[in-house]
Amino acid sequence: MYMFKYVMKRLGLMLFTFSIIFTMCFVLIKLLPIPTNALPGQDPEIVMKTLEGRGWITNIREGKNGVWEYDRVPIFLQYGNYLKRIVTKGDFGIATTYGEYLNMNLWEVFVDHLPPTILINIYSTLIGVPIGLGLGILAALKKNKWQDQLINIFIILIISVPSIVLALMIQFVFCFKLGWFPLTMSTSNDYLSWEVFHSTLPAVFALCLGSIAGYARGTRAELSEVLTGEFMLLARTKGLTKSQAIFRHALRNSMVVIFPSILGEFVGVLYGSLIIEKMFAINGVGGLYLNSITFQDYDFFMLLSGFYTLISLTAGIVTDISYSFIDPRIRMGAK
Amino acid sequence: MDNNINNIPVEKFQFAKRNDLYHDKKLETKAVSYFQGAFRRFCKNKGSVVGGIVIAFLVLFAIIAPFFTPFTPAYYDMVYAYATPRNNLFANSNIDFWDGYRQKETNYTTFLKDSALAAETGREIIKNGEYIVGEEGNYTYRYDTYGGVGFGKYKTISQEEFDDIQRYQNETGRQVLYPVVKLKDRPTKEKNKYDANIYYVTQDPKASVIVPKLDKEGQIIPNYWKYEAGDASSLIPEYNSLRIEGENGITEDGKQYFYAYGRKVDGGIEVRAEYYEYYTYQHQEVLKDGIGEPCFWFGTTQTGKDIFACLAYGARFSFVFATIVTSVNFVLGVIWGSISGYFGGKTDLGMERFREIWGSIPSMIVITLLKYHMGSASQVLVLFIAFFATGWVSMAGTTRMQFYRFKNQEYVLAARTLGARDRRIMFKHIFPNGLGTIVTGMALAIPAMIYSETSLSYLGIINLEAGNTTSVGTLISAGQQSIVANAGYVALFPCVFLVLLMLSFNLFGNGLRDAFNPSLRGTED
Repeated sequence: MYMFKYVMKRLGLMLFTFSIIFTMCFVLIKLLPIPTNALPGQDPEIVMKTLEGRGWITNIREGKNGVWEYDRVPIFLQYGNYLKRIVTKGDFGIATTYGEYLNMNLWEVFVDHLPPTILINIYSTLIGVPIGLGLGILAALKKNKWQDQLINIFIILIISVPSIVLALMIQFVFCFKLGWFPLTMSTSNDYLSWEVFHSTLPAVFALCLGSIAGYARGTRAELSEVLTGEFMLLARTKGLTKSQAIFRHALRNSMVVIFPSILGEFVGVLYGSLIIEKMFAINGVGGLYLNSITFQDYDFFMLLSGFYTLISLTAGIVTDISYSFIDPRIRMGAK
Repeated sequence: MDNNINNIPVEKFQFAKRNDLYHDKKLETKAVSYFQGAFRRFCKNKGSVVGGIVIAFLVLFAIIAPFFTPFTPAYYDMVYAYATPRNNLFANSNIDFWDGYRQKETNYTTFLKDSALAAETGREIIKNGEYIVGEEGNYTYRYDTYGGVGFGKYKTISQEEFDDIQRYQNETGRQVLYPVVKLKDRPTKEKNKYDANIYYVTQDPKASVIVPKLDKEGQIIPNYWKYEAGDASSLIPEYNSLRIEGENGITEDGKQYFYAYGRKVDGGIEVRAEYYEYYTYQHQEVLKDGIGEPCFWFGTTQTGKDIFACLAYGARFSFVFATIVTSVNFVLGVIWGSISGYFGGKTDLGMERFREIWGSIPSMIVITLLKYHMGSASQVLVLFIAFFATGWVSMAGTTRMQFYRFKNQEYVLAARTLGARDRRIMFKHIFPNGLGTIVTGMALAIPAMIYSETSLSYLGIINLEAGNTTSVGTLISAGQQSIVANAGYVALFPCVFLVLLMLSFNLFGNGLRDAFNPSLRGTED
């Protein structure tokens, strides 16, 4: 029961945090001047009417010299309108400033750009986790032998070399010099085709190197600590073979720490990496976010900020809660 | 059990003298304080010491290098885009390294044009004149990216500048202006007509791609505008300076000819100026900005910015930024964390909740909102404020943990019993004990700070070039765009800088962590 209580408490806290951040973002955005200038080929009256229709401004009138005047709706009323539209219609607004998506439904644009981001992150997790765990286990079992030294050097190098440089090196060597892969991701919409898969590989490679090193380091540290435990000796004494002892006892115990972070990463799959997406020209959410910043599309920025905040909060909470489910020794919230 | 005493004869016993009594001796070794011990442990770790030295070297580079280069991040010259790294020391020796040359593989026509340029200017456009002809007729040679820019377009200059260049030529003996080609002798296509590199007779003046015509000996035939002595066209400006072939013109078929070194057009004189010499003249005589001959130690980017200067200024900004932000975060975090950790209870709960919520705002959102509100003119300020706002959170967490760890220990109780006030206990008794961990956190925060700044500039969210400085991230971004132009060196230098910085700071930080943790002494790992 206390588990349920604990989970509910964490969820409540998360929602509270999220709503504070979201509200703060909204208020700060609405304090800015309203972008009322029409793009070339746009009727200023339509722009005004649209803004009025969205509930940002009211009482529009044409003043002297064709300058439009208007009154601002109080921010909390605007917020009410905004939330109401999201909850009842799932309407996050339309793109206003960025040419490519002009007047398109934001939510649809957003959903359109999700697959590439999810794809490269899922590939990277699927490749990174097994290799990382494998290397970590190997290093722990061969502790202080040459295999361990080699893996250690690899880990230190990968962790210390910033991912921006790693990705650039991968792009330069594999995509440009050797020409094994295209320089940027294919723009095809057929996400499961070989062509797309092939073109995402360098990005996936760049993304997963970091997590490989992270998992390898974590697993090595945990497993080598568990292996020295006395219950391992007991397991061997009662007649288990070495591999039985390692896989049934040591590995399961060391997973207590590793597994939650894997779960967290699976949630964080949506988070992506802005740097990798920019470098390999992946047409994903990261690019949308950067565009919304550059072109000052405020509604878009709200949607994407909310999205990123929600993802990072969820990833954190999933990691925390899974600890207590996996490890019977941890009973969070218990008195 | 010790029956031996009974066997000792009585007369063997002596009275003890007062001096023979043993007292506790004073320690003869020097006492080692906590920080001395930490320093000693730190020095034992070779990796951290190397890291420290590399950091010192990088900091020195960031401080000194901007004074050693006349270039600034604001400087750019589109003509010298993608100039390869060059150091005069290596350029004058015969080593194929750091000499401003690059490997060029091209067709016969381009090779001919490069040879023509080399023949006219007397520069080694093709290193040592050596080239390899491939099976498919392609030519491979080392190409001078400095002299190789040639003449560019015909340049129109004023009469004063024309005279000044002549004065400069006469004083220095360096030839800037070369003979022009008569307008009606030039190729007809607009893009070729004003291309000052074409000084030779062409095979087909109407063609889009100009191919030089060769004489029987395989030499290029110059197509200069020449006139007989005393029979100059009114379009030819007066010229009294160095000439390409002697002072007195050339003799051909028994007649004496002079070359025309300019053509009067609307708004001045049209000349063929060799860009290398013209650049030197411009910077030495006109701009007087300390730049002499073009020589870029780390090469240039696709917009012709000097990478060395950009890297030096970017590094300087990174270090200044990281130092200021870390110190401010240190102060803020320590104050917040110590109050929260020391008092505990409801204060702690409230402060922790606030910290949790504040810390879960993605920093990207903070920076963007700040940028929206402050405009793009003050991006340096945006960067500072955003990092002040978000950076203290983890530092406060570290400090709070240290306070929780020490606040219930006996010596704190003793201090309280003796009547020490809260502030004294916090900052005289608890804080120094936690300092090691906090400082380690700081050392590890610096590279993280620099890396965030770099990635933000890389993503283009922050653009420091408006503030007449630049960032390593901007350079890396330029380097990535240069990959397709086969100019790997653009990315190479900023990447090497970043990698060295990260590696050395991580080694240094890990060494600090081990040094400040006495219990880790003697353990492997």
